[in-house]
Amino acid sequence: MSEQYTYAVARIRALEGSLFSNSTVDQLMACRTYEQCLQFLTEKGWGDTETGSDGEAMLAREEEKIWETVKELSVPMEVFDVLSYPRLFHNLKAAIKEVCTEETNPRIFYGDVRISGEEMLDIVREKDFGRLPKSMQEAAGEAYESLLHTRDGQLCDVIIDKAALDAIREAGREAKDTIIRDYAESTVAVADIKIAVRSAKTAKTYDFMSRAMAECGSLSVRGLAKAALGGTDAIREYLLGTAYAEGAEALAQSPSAFERWCDNRIIQTIRPQKYKAFGIGPVVAYVIARQNEIKTVRIILSGKQNNLPDDSIRERVREMYV
Amino acid sequence: MESIWNNLGLVYALLGAAVAVLLAGAGSAIGVGIAGQAAAGVVTEDPGKFGKVLVMQLLPGTQGLYGLLVGFITLSKIGLLGGGAVQIEPHTGLMIFAACLPIGIVGLISGKYQGQTSAASIGIVAKKPDQFGKAMLFPAMVETYAILALLISFLAVNGVQI
Repeated sequence: MSEQYTYAVARIRALEGSLFSNSTVDQLMACRTYEQCLQFLTEKGWGDTETGSDGEAMLAREEEKIWETVKELSVPMEVFDVLSYPRLFHNLKAAIKEVCTEETNPRIFYGDVRISGEEMLDIVREKDFGRLPKSMQEAAGEAYESLLHTRDGQLCDVIIDKAALDAIREAGREAKDTIIRDYAESTVAVADIKIAVRSAKTAKTYDFMSRAMAECGSLSVRGLAKAALGGTDAIREYLLGTAYAEGAEALAQSPSAFERWCDNRIIQTIRPQKYKAFGIGPVVAYVIARQNEIKTVRIILSGKQNNLPDDSIRERVREMYV
Repeated sequence: MESIWNNLGLVYALLGAAVAVLLAGAGSAIGVGIAGQAAAGVVTEDPGKFGKVLVMQLLPGTQGLYGLLVGFITLSKIGLLGGGAVQIEPHTGLMIFAACLPIGIVGLISGKYQGQTSAASIGIVAKKPDQFGKAMLFPAMVETYAILALLISFLAVNGVQI
């Protein structure tokens, strides 16, 4: 019976009431200044007494609140590994670059992951990659050696990003829950499309794309890479024949519309979880929805802070889960 | 041992009462437990909804009462409550046993599923408290079949001639 997560799902349902809807985001957009936005967020219960009027601190606190809530739900935390892979692999990338370039940069590591920045630095310095999860070991060694010998930061990024996508895909394959499988598939496919678009714009080779893209069930890496050689129009044409046809339309509009579509696609993938009464799905969906909400608020705050026109900010605003 | 074989009818009838109370009670316990977990989840975040979710949690509790009722009637019929158990034939005892089965089995199954439906409806109350009336109808539908089983068990136990 415990696998039904009845308590967790009911609590999440109660929490979903406080998630931002599209109309709440519109209200935030209607705030004229950055300070008014912070005031609005404070009224909505964002941040705490310590974050005050520091926007970044407020967003960091909200991210912490997600995991504080999840830990109280008595659900296995391994389920969320798939969500933390991008941050975990980012820490690896940052640690390799710090060690190889012998430069120290403050605040480049994510704190809320299984291996902290300090520990990651220690692993890379000692080349003790066996302490890393299996999915990271090989990529860590390869990326470290390549950066050390070639000083090619992009190659290092490609190796680690590809390993991250492979890890997400593998986690999806092994997952019992449909939401994890769907999330992993969508994440990898969307990442492959992003790589194709960026490669088309920077005239990358087929080999580069094959190396950077991860296999997934809903897209052919070979087909996508070949299309990317022909430019963004060819990618659009290719996508029209796949489950990601909407992405082709977004690509035709603007780069920011395409980025927005990439995130919206993930939200669309998790949306059916709103109607599930049992299982881990609604909990995972809540975490993704909260992260999407924080990302959207960050985009709006950043836009307001830099006095961007409302239309420009609105183009980047993500679809909400509720 | 000898006396059990001599009172086999009474044993069957008593077994019927036990099945009615035991299975229907177990169904309710499972159902109320499931709905209770959901109720606790909602109250953790919003204690103001306690009253509404408590009603939802109690809905799967009725099967246990129906089982108790049938068990009570059965005990009364065979005279165990008054202290003077009647002598009944084994086939009569078996008929009483069979009469108790509907509420026992349906009580167990409907209790569990009503609990799950209640938990799902508690999710509705958590998000849209104004839809409490509609939300309550879904678990209440499951109740129909427990009532039908109660009716048949009640009529059948009463109908058996001792």
